[in-house]
Amino acid sequence: MYRSHVLVCGGSGCTSAGAPKILEVLNKEIAKAGIKNEVSVVETGCHGLCDYGPIVVVYPGPTFYSKVRPEDIPEIVNEHLVNGQVVSRLVHNAEITDEGIKSINETDFYKKQYRIALRNCGIINPENIEEYIATGGYEALGRVLTQYTPEQVIQIIIDSELRGRGGGGFPTGIKWKLARANDADQKYVCCNADEGDPGAFMDRSVLEGDPHVVLEAMTIAGYAIGASQGYIYIRAEYPLAIERLNKAIAQAREYGLLGKDIFGTGFNFDIELRLGAGAFVCGEETALMTSIEGNRGEPRPRPPFPAQKGLFQKPTLLNNVETYANIPQIILNGPEWFSSMGTEKSKGTKVFALGGKIRNTGLVEIPMGTTLREVVEDIGGGIPNNKKFKAAQTGGPSGGCIPASKYDIPIDYDNLVGIGSMMGSGGLIVMDEDNCMVDIAKFFLEFTVDESCGKCTPCRVGTKRLYEILDKITKGNGTMEDLDKLEELCVYIKENALCGLGQSAPNPVLSTLRYFRDEYIAHVKDKKCPAAVCKALLSYVIDPNACRGCTLCARSCPNNAISGKVKEAHVIDQDKCVKCGVCKEKCRFGAILIR
Amino acid sequence: MPLWRYTDTLEWEVNMDKVNIKINGIPLEVPAGITILEAAKMAHIDIPTLCFLKEINEIGACRICVVEVKGARSLVASCVYPVSDGMEIRTDSPKILASRKKTLELILSDHDRKCLSCVRSGHCELQKLCKDLGIDDETIYAGERNHYEPDDSSPHMVRDNNKCILCRRCSAVCDHVQGIGVIGANERGFKTNIGCAFDMDLGETSCVSCGQCIAVCPTGALYEKDYTNEVFAAINDPDKYVIVQTAPAVRAALGEAFGLPIGTNVQGKMVAALRRLGFDKVFDTDFAADLTIMEEAHELIDRLQSGGTLPLITSCSPGWIKFCEHYYPDLLDNLSSCKSPQQMFGAVTKTYYAKKMGLDPKNIVMVSVMPCTAKKFEITRDHQNAAGVPDVDIAITTRELARMIERVGINFLALPDEEFDDPLGRSTGAAVIFGATGGVMEAALRTAVETLTGEELPDPVFSEVRGTAGIKTATYNVAGMDINVAVASGLGNARKLLDEIKEGNSPYHFIEIMACPGGCVNGGGQPQQPASVRNSVDIRALRAKALYDQDTAMKIRKSHENPAVRQLYEEFLEAPGSHVAHEILHTSYVKRAVNPY
Repeated sequence: MYRSHVLVCGGSGCTSAGAPKILEVLNKEIAKAGIKNEVSVVETGCHGLCDYGPIVVVYPGPTFYSKVRPEDIPEIVNEHLVNGQVVSRLVHNAEITDEGIKSINETDFYKKQYRIALRNCGIINPENIEEYIATGGYEALGRVLTQYTPEQVIQIIIDSELRGRGGGGFPTGIKWKLARANDADQKYVCCNADEGDPGAFMDRSVLEGDPHVVLEAMTIAGYAIGASQGYIYIRAEYPLAIERLNKAIAQAREYGLLGKDIFGTGFNFDIELRLGAGAFVCGEETALMTSIEGNRGEPRPRPPFPAQKGLFQKPTLLNNVETYANIPQIILNGPEWFSSMGTEKSKGTKVFALGGKIRNTGLVEIPMGTTLREVVEDIGGGIPNNKKFKAAQTGGPSGGCIPASKYDIPIDYDNLVGIGSMMGSGGLIVMDEDNCMVDIAKFFLEFTVDESCGKCTPCRVGTKRLYEILDKITKGNGTMEDLDKLEELCVYIKENALCGLGQSAPNPVLSTLRYFRDEYIAHVKDKKCPAAVCKALLSYVIDPNACRGCTLCARSCPNNAISGKVKEAHVIDQDKCVKCGVCKEKCRFGAILIR
Repeated sequence: MPLWRYTDTLEWEVNMDKVNIKINGIPLEVPAGITILEAAKMAHIDIPTLCFLKEINEIGACRICVVEVKGARSLVASCVYPVSDGMEIRTDSPKILASRKKTLELILSDHDRKCLSCVRSGHCELQKLCKDLGIDDETIYAGERNHYEPDDSSPHMVRDNNKCILCRRCSAVCDHVQGIGVIGANERGFKTNIGCAFDMDLGETSCVSCGQCIAVCPTGALYEKDYTNEVFAAINDPDKYVIVQTAPAVRAALGEAFGLPIGTNVQGKMVAALRRLGFDKVFDTDFAADLTIMEEAHELIDRLQSGGTLPLITSCSPGWIKFCEHYYPDLLDNLSSCKSPQQMFGAVTKTYYAKKMGLDPKNIVMVSVMPCTAKKFEITRDHQNAAGVPDVDIAITTRELARMIERVGINFLALPDEEFDDPLGRSTGAAVIFGATGGVMEAALRTAVETLTGEELPDPVFSEVRGTAGIKTATYNVAGMDINVAVASGLGNARKLLDEIKEGNSPYHFIEIMACPGGCVNGGGQPQQPASVRNSVDIRALRAKALYDQDTAMKIRKSHENPAVRQLYEEFLEAPGSHVAHEILHTSYVKRAVNPY
């Protein structure tokens, strides 16, 4: 019987910040202090407060330590675990108020969150099925198999109004219903764990922090649609998630919760993993299925839809990891519980990966309808360095930007589509006045061009040409005709591409053109980048009033572009300057400016 | 859902489900589940396509065939999108025309546009589309270009990816029809290109040289290696005696290169043209086809009667032979040891004929005109040199012959009909049908049956082995014994019969296999027909009909009744299967690895 539990966050951010070392030192120090039998150390999934990792949470309390370093551990062990004294300098600063230390759940970051998909992340040891069961795991499956018919299960999901969390937002219950409606000797349930959006790690956190929730949900789905085999298509770049899933599958099989005769009801359902191989396009439904079949991951025309002819030409259901993560709770708490949260057409919560110019980067799960302002300023802690909010990009390379004028927009599927963006899988990147929107569009398009499968002309060649025009603009060679060409090509690609990747590739461009056209025009007409990002349009100049003539810059310049006499103001020859920035770095008087 | 099908109880069942749709405002009642492309045809609208090749490549990739469907989120590819009740379709709105034009402009932006020097100029599907869709600036989307080294590593063809438009028709035919798959898409996105696994050269792989990829390529990206200059050089060399032989299938298709309808038999004009090109003798491969039957029927009877390896499989298709050597090397003993008619012809020419005419075989240049690209590989094989020099020196395709005729300015259509030279220009109806799938089988049966029964056949036609079905089977009771035969064309179909043999389940005694679907008439070296024709016309059946019609009209229809062949045996070969015959007319095979493994 342990008197204390120490939870160490093993999420992606904390792991790369040094969590493994923390665990090692923690175990050593606890053994040294002779309290190994009193204190349990658990590695958990992601807590979400990634900017403040490594995170260590001590129960009872809980006490939430952030930015912990290995050299802090002896103090935590000896002061807190042995002597019972909280180490206040390590407590997460947001908790510290004039009235004392408040609960972590009261901090702005967590106050407005409601964790359904991330329920177990940060709490349980994902490698122990008993901890999953202890928090109510597999109870939903048990109830489904013994008390509900498949049709009843489907109706519960329909009534919950859950919509696909992978980006498409298709009503999940309807998808299940369609898959059930098609008869075949074999049906399949697939899970899309390819998570390709750059910077997205929502699904990764669920898979690493709570793998059983996906297994349980897929089994429930198998029962509902009449399938006996499931496949999780997971990107090979998530080796820890793969390892955790394999362990979870083995444990579930051992406990009779997966495989043959589940819960002794005679229902058979098994799950296997299939690994991706570095293609974003394999996150597209039909490309994913053809990849599992062993073919080159290229999308197929629809119809026929996977519900009729999917994997191996059999009726197949495909849902995203996060969609599945909601299923067991909906079964247990009932559909009304879920549909009571959110907006009129978007129910429940959504996990977002907050990134960019924001204090609290990390993972958050918020009810639909939370405004962008709340996400950025309350939950996100606002924009650092006194900068102003410019835009937020949602939906990654398939999405668009939300400008400051829409700061109070309640986040839900239809609102975002209405302003030219989309929810996507949950990436939310915040931008301030130092971001160039043309450069942002170019960044996303570069990704899309690289990930295009190459099957259809509009995407294969069209996005490439689109990128080339953007590149031209950022280099100061764009014309007003190029802007028209850009827009025309965007619309054409949207309307003609074969799959979602191509159809949504122009979104970042169209969206930034819509809300930041003046920035494009500045690049084209004035040959200037207002945010001072596009290198080719920048000039490094020496302020003659600040320059002391120390000659340090001239001596540092790799191209001999700076001239001047000692103690006299120096001058940069713009023709020779390659904008490497070394001079600005070296100048001790702040005399070198970027225009 | 197909329009009609043959049920289990062998009755025709027509799909009676109909739906009501509107195309460009025209109301139509069409069968349920057909594609918009097919429905449009019923309204006399030919939506332009590029990558679509019926039953072979239906992938909706190029986006040329896009149409508007009311209520759809984006434009849809009509070649794969099924109709449904109440659908409203537009095929010709300004948005669609502009979209198709843009798609074409984008393709052109990464295409080697040197049409003037391209072998497909004038009958390139991309060129035609440019004209149809009104391209007025092929440089409008100029940008980065991919640059590829053409692959000329194999004896029969060149692959030039600079002209490839990534329609995937070639890899589809190699993969799904031929069951081989040596070419496919490498890389992705803008860098996508068709090639072999691990970037191997085609010549290093187990490509069988069937040329079906060339047959379905819409542009000049794939083409046969051209030997027209070598042939002209030989003809113009006063020291060389240049003899030409023509395969049966050539005469059924050569006319297409000059605008004649598919299936026109142009034997007479072909002979006249060859003479005017300057060949010293114009002979007919059909002669050697009869010779092949003599040897092969003897081989079959011998194996039947003395427990030899069965089933016996024909060996006149070099694409099939190479396929067997790569993929079924354990079945090489099933192959007939007979050379192909082309090779037998060369062997006989450089031994028997040379002696007869007092010619030094070293001065004879044996040129063959074939519907086949694998023949270019076949002439490089070992054990194909009966006189100590190659049996055949140059193999050119029907396409190359057409180009030669055009180059020197012969007015093909105005030529009179002429006859082949004697004696190696004499042949029978059995020989001419070699060009169709089942033709070799039927010719062999005509001779084998009469030999076994000792009686004349009341009717030389064996209709069960005719037709363009991929696999045909039949049983004939001959002299009290049931002989089971099978005919396969297209290597994907051949696999089915070969797997049966491998598993020990094959019920057949004699199998004919042709690499090309439909037989030689659909060979990789025949005049190319665009997808628009292939999708609506059975060119194999039309061309084969020309050959079967010629057979019907000929007086002598059995190989063993060919007087020139008889004379050859009397004067030189002695008897089928003799030691001399084996020396001159038979060959051996070699096991090859599958690359890449």
